[in-house]
Amino acid sequence: MLRDMEPADIAGGAFKEARLTYFDGASRIVRYTDVEVPFPEGRLIVSCTDVPGMITQANKAFVDMSGYSKEELIGAPHYILRHPDMPRAAFKGLWDTLARGEKWTGYVKNLRKDGAYYWVFATVIGNVRKGKLVGYTSVRRKPSRTRIDECAKLYPTLFAPGEREGYSP
Amino acid sequence: MTHTFTVSPDFPPARISGWFIFNTWLQRRLEAAIHLELYDDFVRQRADIAAGRIDLIYANPYDAALLVREKGFVPVARPRDKADEAIIAVPAASAVQRVEDLRPGARIASTDDPDVRTMGMIMIEPADLSAANTAAVACGNYVLVAKALLSGTADAGFFLKQSFEELSEVTRRQLRQIVESHIYVVHHALMAGPRLAARRDEIRDALLGMDQDAKGRDILANLGLAGWDELDEEATEFMIDLMDTLT
Repeated sequence: MLRDMEPADIAGGAFKEARLTYFDGASRIVRYTDVEVPFPEGRLIVSCTDVPGMITQANKAFVDMSGYSKEELIGAPHYILRHPDMPRAAFKGLWDTLARGEKWTGYVKNLRKDGAYYWVFATVIGNVRKGKLVGYTSVRRKPSRTRIDECAKLYPTLFAPGEREGYSP
Repeated sequence: MTHTFTVSPDFPPARISGWFIFNTWLQRRLEAAIHLELYDDFVRQRADIAAGRIDLIYANPYDAALLVREKGFVPVARPRDKADEAIIAVPAASAVQRVEDLRPGARIASTDDPDVRTMGMIMIEPADLSAANTAAVACGNYVLVAKALLSGTADAGFFLKQSFEELSEVTRRQLRQIVESHIYVVHHALMAGPRLAARRDEIRDALLGMDQDAKGRDILANLGLAGWDELDEEATEFMIDLMDTLT
């Protein structure tokens, strides 16, 4: 179970707070700032999870960009990166797409341990071994600024009524 | 029975003799007749893979899915400390300083090397560029990619990092790298086909021991390799999944 984000971990001064409730019913307070960390040139962020979504592998770019140590990431749910500006609707279709055996792609704003954020163009596929789904691989790459700007305008309009209860003003 | 060995066509021409020497060494180690078949392009090589004519291959990562999932190849070894990375370069005097300076209609020179092309296309995405709004300039090898840039027939070029670094000093000075991939986990792989699968461990042992004697190290040096590491099924499946996310 994830703990609330610690104010001491947040870089810079002012931050906002939100209580996020995840798909499995877990809930925690996240603290976040308006600081964007640019996606590093030429890198891919790669992680793998088991079927329930717990991180089993994380490459160096993932560790560097998330701000968490590898030890903190392995075994944690992938939603540790979920930013409060990402509406549930933005992920709609992810699980349906994966269940059909297809790959899912989307633009995602991720939350770092220090409260800053970074945008990615994410692709997720199921790992099928001997005909059986054993987990998922997610690869994130540098997105275009045009698409980021489009998503930054679109995503706030996708929150369901009440979805942002628990967010600080 | 004579087996057929082939090498991903993206190797530098200067390594041709090295692969023939490697093949001779391998035949002696395995006490097997192995014919080395080299191809100028991926299309002809893939046609022979599809026709079941290949028994052993030093494969481009892009072809790993076809080989493992459709043709029943088993991974044997990967080149030690040698990942495939791509570079995008422009003429040294170009106004383009970073990928985002490239504009729709940009002429992009590349070879038919599929993993480098895949990585190159990914690295131009942040400029809202894709195959649909750029003009491809097809080149037979990386020297010709450099020539396309120097002659002004291309605005940017995709290079395998190693091939870029092996360009002559004079050529490289006239080019400027604007971005380099740091993916680390995409690499070539030596794989055995169904007719050699039973000898997979024997081939692995021969390859992993190559750097243990002077002759083996000479052969490796001629191929530009430091040695071989074992490549298991799961590591190969991981790379296949990863390539799948990129295409």
